[in-house]
Amino acid sequence: MNPVKSSPATQDAWQTLKQFTSARIALGRAGMSLPTQACLDFQLAHALARDAVHIPLDFISLSQRLGGLGHPVQTLHSQAENQTMYLQRPDLGRLLNTESIADLKKQAALAVDAVVVIADGLSSKAIANHAEPFLRLLLPALQDNAYQLSPLCLIKHGRVAIGDVIADHYKARLCITLIGERPGLSSPDSMGIYFTYQAKANLSTDANRNCISNIHDKGLRYEQALKKLLFLIHEAEKLKFSGVNLKDETTDIVLDNLESGNFSLT
Amino acid sequence: MYKSTANHLTYDFKTLANLMAKASPPRSGDYLAGLAAVNNLERVAAQWALAELPLKHFLTEAVVPYENDEVTRLIIDDHDSDAFTAISHLTVGDFRNWLLSDQATTAALTAIAKGLTPEMVAAVSKIMRIQDLILVAKKCRVITKFRNTIGLENRFSTRLQPNHPTDNPAGVAASILDGLLYGCGDAVIGINPASDNLEATSRLLYLLHDVIERYQIPTQACVLAHVTTTLKAIEQGAPVDLVFQSIAGTQKANDSFGINLNLLAEAHQAALALGRGPIGSNCMYFETGQGSALSANAHEGLDQQTCEARAYAVARKFKPLLVNTVVGFIGPEYLYDGKQIMRAGLEDHFCGKLLGLPMGCDICYTNHAEADQDDMDLLLSAFAMAGGSFIMGVPGADDIMLNYQSTSFHDALYIRQVLGLKPAPEFEAWLQHHQIFNEHNQLRQNSEMPALFKPSVQRLKDIS
Repeated sequence: MNPVKSSPATQDAWQTLKQFTSARIALGRAGMSLPTQACLDFQLAHALARDAVHIPLDFISLSQRLGGLGHPVQTLHSQAENQTMYLQRPDLGRLLNTESIADLKKQAALAVDAVVVIADGLSSKAIANHAEPFLRLLLPALQDNAYQLSPLCLIKHGRVAIGDVIADHYKARLCITLIGERPGLSSPDSMGIYFTYQAKANLSTDANRNCISNIHDKGLRYEQALKKLLFLIHEAEKLKFSGVNLKDETTDIVLDNLESGNFSLT
Repeated sequence: MYKSTANHLTYDFKTLANLMAKASPPRSGDYLAGLAAVNNLERVAAQWALAELPLKHFLTEAVVPYENDEVTRLIIDDHDSDAFTAISHLTVGDFRNWLLSDQATTAALTAIAKGLTPEMVAAVSKIMRIQDLILVAKKCRVITKFRNTIGLENRFSTRLQPNHPTDNPAGVAASILDGLLYGCGDAVIGINPASDNLEATSRLLYLLHDVIERYQIPTQACVLAHVTTTLKAIEQGAPVDLVFQSIAGTQKANDSFGINLNLLAEAHQAALALGRGPIGSNCMYFETGQGSALSANAHEGLDQQTCEARAYAVARKFKPLLVNTVVGFIGPEYLYDGKQIMRAGLEDHFCGKLLGLPMGCDICYTNHAEADQDDMDLLLSAFAMAGGSFIMGVPGADDIMLNYQSTSFHDALYIRQVLGLKPAPEFEAWLQHHQIFNEHNQLRQNSEMPALFKPSVQRLKDIS
């Protein structure tokens, strides 16, 4: 019997397609199962993503960086006191704690048009990596529209709906919430943006929100996310609502993405 | 009414909803809602009381008031009392005995489906062990058709899920090809669009349509946009095979999804009018999942498993091709770990099948849940043993857009090998004809590209 020199795993003939997606394609097979390398690659990515959930956001450093953008910044806390409670009690992550409510009440009730809320969510890396560069584009764009803004609100252990509480407090028409999305194996630092028109604490639901997700290096670019957000704001101002009946009808981003690959099955 | 004594302690559960919640096997979402039994003894006491309840009682006490909730109205108004007759004398406990008995043949189970309400089915599932859930579901047979046949005995289908974080057509196409070459995609080729954008949705619809046409694949396409977006796409003439929507078990939760029964009926009619299914007219694809109503603060005091079963009443109104319980996607706030995810997946499959639905399961978990691949392997194995209709096929089990782990093309091949399960017959013939599978439904030994797809990859090499 000849000694077997090659690996008993079978390689796929379509490796070249890997250039078009970060999806785990052309993994090959052992029998019809996952080869050892692909199996362990997955375990490594899972270990990293599990850890990413528990890395705390450095609020002091982020607050300093955002301070350089020319807007006041305040840090608030949800009622979830720690990460374990945050994971188990989504209801508490949607509410501000007593001290934060008191902090807000101390501020003069200036009428504002928009609030920008930045919550750690499930991926602190997403916010650490993408909040500041995105806000560098967003804040001037909001100023161009002559919008009055509240201080930027950083939220520790916040869920999406905590933005409603902030918007309600400032009587703001526009609520823009940046949040760390659940870390994926291939994108542990994906940021999402939720936009709600006339957000009301305890009353707004997911049907009232528009979501722009997957903002990260291999996903949506900052400029694309901004275009989508400004479109939604513009339309919501006309329609006087946001949510499932406000459709993102931007087209140039779709075209932009069309040109980024030359593989076609048709 | 709902009194029970366990170990010399007397419990009084007051309402049916409370009794159902207290009888539920433990899961984090019910604790979060403050509805779960405070300890194991209370849970067992509730299970005793529930077992003694006549099935008829479910027709007299609505768990959400009839006048407040259109899902309740649907359940009551569509109840088929003739179909119910055969089991109308049973208690919940004896219903379990009947389901496990020889009397509950496939034909008998099919005959009673319309006489069952979601609450009856949820109730009996709460006093069933995992092996009961598997055994009874395995006897149910639900067959649906569009461009192929889903749910035949010893068949196991897969949804090819080629998601991409920016809906990039080349990226999507690469994942589709990978999946097809691994024998995946007979339930549907279904893309979750990264944004609810009409233009992007339409382009993906045309892409899928063109792929299915060009390669004559006996399967159907779906872009999982909100139903209102799909309706707009239909208005513009886009090729829509299946209309997708996430649904839940209370009117309030459906409100939070931006849907109601009228809207679903409108979408169903629009898809039927397109008449694109050559061998069948099942043209809806629904997704559900325990905890979604609570997450929207719209659970109306119901435990999450009862809420979930009520979503199936919504689904069956519209004769779907596929219903998918996305069991671990919602996260540990509602299903804490592998054990809770596993039981929930099998409960959902059992309840759906008993109510007459083509149930698949997105066997999945998120990275903040206490679960891993071993848990998914166990659920996959049990789900296939239970006769599950379909699972997801995601490249390497890693969805790079939705950021969670589901089942892979390889996972489907594993379970087909172990249990001797085949794809839908039309799709199986296509795979064999194009030499993707051999006559034993195994991937071919050599690693060469099947001729059908050689040109598309060759073209790529010519360009570069």
